[in-house]
Amino acid sequence: MTTTSIPAPPPTSIETLSPKRKPRREFGPGSIVKYALVLLFLIIVLMPMYVLIVTSFKSGSDIGVTSQWNLPETWTLASWEKAWDSLHASFIRTFQLAIPVALISSVIGAANGFVLSRWRFPGADVVFTLILFGMFIPYQAVMIPLRDIVTTIGIPPGIPTLVFVHCVYGIPICTLIFRNYYATTVPEELVEAARVDGAGLLRTFAWIILPISIPGFVVTIIWQFTSAWNDYLFAIFLSNTRNGPITIALNALAGAQSPDYAASMAGALITSLPTLVVYVLLGRWFIGGLMAGSVKS
Amino acid sequence: MRRLRQWGPGLLLLSPSLILLAVFVYGLIAWTTKVSVSDEHNALGSKGFVGLENYTKLFTDDINDRFVHSLKNLLIFTVVFLVGAMLFGLLWAFLLERGVRGEGIFRTVYLFPMAVSFVASGVVWRWLMNPNKGENAGGLNAVFGGLGLDFLQNTWWTNPDWGMAAMAMPAIWQLSGYVMALFLAGFRGIPQELREAAAVDGASTYRLYRNVIFPQLTPVALSALIILGHMSMKMFDLIMSVSGPQWLTEVPAVYVWQTLLTSDYAKAAAISIILLLLVAVVIVPYLIYTNRAEKNT
Repeated sequence: MTTTSIPAPPPTSIETLSPKRKPRREFGPGSIVKYALVLLFLIIVLMPMYVLIVTSFKSGSDIGVTSQWNLPETWTLASWEKAWDSLHASFIRTFQLAIPVALISSVIGAANGFVLSRWRFPGADVVFTLILFGMFIPYQAVMIPLRDIVTTIGIPPGIPTLVFVHCVYGIPICTLIFRNYYATTVPEELVEAARVDGAGLLRTFAWIILPISIPGFVVTIIWQFTSAWNDYLFAIFLSNTRNGPITIALNALAGAQSPDYAASMAGALITSLPTLVVYVLLGRWFIGGLMAGSVKS
Repeated sequence: MRRLRQWGPGLLLLSPSLILLAVFVYGLIAWTTKVSVSDEHNALGSKGFVGLENYTKLFTDDINDRFVHSLKNLLIFTVVFLVGAMLFGLLWAFLLERGVRGEGIFRTVYLFPMAVSFVASGVVWRWLMNPNKGENAGGLNAVFGGLGLDFLQNTWWTNPDWGMAAMAMPAIWQLSGYVMALFLAGFRGIPQELREAAAVDGASTYRLYRNVIFPQLTPVALSALIILGHMSMKMFDLIMSVSGPQWLTEVPAVYVWQTLLTSDYAKAAAISIILLLLVAVVIVPYLIYTNRAEKNT
């Protein structure tokens, strides 16, 4: 079983990555080099985070290119307040976007995944491949008519439109995650037993399958929440700073002609906080979505 | 009739998604294609069909060869991004696979940039890649100055020839952890017996990796390359956030956006379709290959 190719089952927890054997306790020269390297890379990866955090607590003359790496002369929340002022409305809107997207996409994904994992109708493979292709397309290739069509079918602009498009273009990845989940974790006998008892497909799905789908739901909910939260492409095409999500507001705050660096950094932290909290608390499932092979960041 | 009862309920459950994807993926791609062969160069609409003129003009008759320039930028970006992320990802996975105490912490930190949006990380990378040198150096240039490595100081993405290589750095920072996770799962998926058999045969550590372990990782490497490669071709958020739309760092995805702002729908559609074809060339064989590989297991 490979855990990496696209249709392969995603490991639903990070435990899959854990070593099978205990680390050797040796402290030779090789070991010193190894630890020196992992620590060096740890520092490099955290460096941008350091700059973000220290700058966000600076204000006024404290902010400067040459003093970028210094700790603040005086720690202040002024920049956080400034950033929050310009971001809080979109911060709330982004929750109104990401939560419905995560829930709706997951339910659709579960239904599709169940059907595709059990019912091998003629051409099922082709259909599945056609579904999957949808998650790799550059969305620019649909964006021009998409703007017109959402207006034509009467979806209100801003968040409702974005909820709709994220749900539609989230179908492939959620279907993939659930198909793999059901194919590997739900025993054939369970479905067969339900069939013998006279339960139809819909009833089997609702009463037998859904209750044991929680690990799959955790993965798709995290995945869709994160991608809706972090999305910028759909947001810039289909919304604006008044009705759009936080990435648009952050870009307006940080992309001005002479941006306030401290407020921009505080804003970047505010923008990243929800997804980072999800990552830290639920990281073990976060990886499941990653492994499913899509990176819609 | 029996066939219908067998597959009917499943197809019923699947059909809303299939219709949505048929319309919003394939239908809209067809629509974009239609716009790309029209003369809809402003908001007044189209007067007729012009064949492939919009496509050929991009290559032969674009001001300052703007489209070719954006492809060249994309090529530099993609090469540096792929090489960088694959190298760091493999190195990190290799180091952790050798056994490191506190592995969970390193893994979590290496992977955390994945949870941050390009828009947010762009805010800090814009500052880290400050082009000032010497006395006024900030960001990475200041780090090089402090370490006595002044010769490494450079103008980053503002360099007209190799700026796109610098632009790949934030992308490497963000996705090396993902490649690490893929490789780590690959390493840990190799049966312990294989290592033991090699040890019994008296293979050195070098030979063990060279002849036993690395060949097993080829499918992982292929998946990683294709996923990163298709992401790279679609790169939009990062560039919009670090440099904003401008000539020096323009790639096709940004060019589409800039063209739409001038209401030249036909040209924007033609660039989008070229982008789609670039992605399809990479993704379609991969989907077919993984589909076959799955059937054989």
